[in-house]
Amino acid sequence: MSVNKAQPVTIETKTYAQDWVAHIERIRETGDTRAFAELFQHFAPRIKGFLIRSGANETLAEECTQEVMATIWQKSHLFDPTRASVATWVFTIARNRKIDALRKQRRPEPEDLTWGPEAEPDQEDALSLQQECAQLSQAIAALPEKQRKLIEKAYLGELSHSEIAEETGLPLGTIKSRIRLALDRLRHAMK
Amino acid sequence: MNTSMTDIKHHLTDALLMAYSAGTLPEAFNLTIAAHLSMCDDCRARLGAFDTVGGSVLEQCNRAPMDQGSLEATMARIMSAPTQAEDGKPKPGAASDLPAPLVDYVGGSLESVKWRPVGMGVKQAILPTSREATARLLFIPAGAAVPDHGHRGTELTLVLRGAFQDETDHFGPGDIEVANEDLHHTPVADIGADCICLAATDAPLRFRGLIPRIAQPFLRI
Repeated sequence: MSVNKAQPVTIETKTYAQDWVAHIERIRETGDTRAFAELFQHFAPRIKGFLIRSGANETLAEECTQEVMATIWQKSHLFDPTRASVATWVFTIARNRKIDALRKQRRPEPEDLTWGPEAEPDQEDALSLQQECAQLSQAIAALPEKQRKLIEKAYLGELSHSEIAEETGLPLGTIKSRIRLALDRLRHAMK
Repeated sequence: MNTSMTDIKHHLTDALLMAYSAGTLPEAFNLTIAAHLSMCDDCRARLGAFDTVGGSVLEQCNRAPMDQGSLEATMARIMSAPTQAEDGKPKPGAASDLPAPLVDYVGGSLESVKWRPVGMGVKQAILPTSREATARLLFIPAGAAVPDHGHRGTELTLVLRGAFQDETDHFGPGDIEVANEDLHHTPVADIGADCICLAATDAPLRFRGLIPRIAQPFLRI
């Protein structure tokens, strides 16, 4: 798939999104502690803030954030840049830790789909997806205040599923298609 | 377990996918949704989009400063953890006739399910989840109907094997029916084969808080 249609992604956004992917690669390939320290500096305070907003006290939030960051290191080989940005992947790990620690429940996850040693995700697919993720973030930031707050509330656990609107108004079509394509390629490689 | 993915016609709603992504659903719903996602790449891709929204919310979250020495403590956790022990073990579900997320709950394959009769040849097995909602496997013999099936709240029914028909439509392997309190239905299994479903409801059990936590360990029999 070619990289693009015309799109208003700024150079900074591209570099920014790509940077974290490279950080995860450095951690995975060489156990790069400096890359990890930079990732920690960016994400750890956000994860902790997210957990506190979700109802954890300071001590529990600190503890869980350290565990989430350790999981990022340990599972760096499972990160797939054709299906998620680093922020997305970090979010899913933090969310699962939150369910486990705050709600004392197991979190059933779909069957793992990962690239085996023989095949690797395509660089261009990864770049396209990272750009789409950056664009979606910009689209969310540009939403009317009221709608943006509702989305935040849903993700911070302040809305039940019946309170979530069936029509979210989020522009998710393109990103969904990209991930679908990545899944097709992965399924094909797994055969 | 990948059952003829392209044939799946009934999918999850956006509201349920967003709630699953946010992590606010009861365990029984999460289990049923995770099982459907293992069979349906369309919904898995849609979930990926909702997870991206979650990533964006995390990015925008107010930051809380980490404790002094937090990075060093995290590095110590990493260094003291056993390295990649999980890579050697076979993937759950690889050898089972069930979607991977169900394997743990059932304790293996369909053969290991402890069925209990509920009448008219229909059998069920309640799975151990938190008590805000209930997950059960249903066995409906070919041509039989699930008797007297009213419910309140939300009910998700995922077809694992065979097929059923109700007042709304026909549901085959991988299809998920999302029913709310307005729907009164009588699912009837297709005549050709026995039907096995995973169903989750949040209506009958409403207590929260202390009691479920105490009761939970005893339910994991």
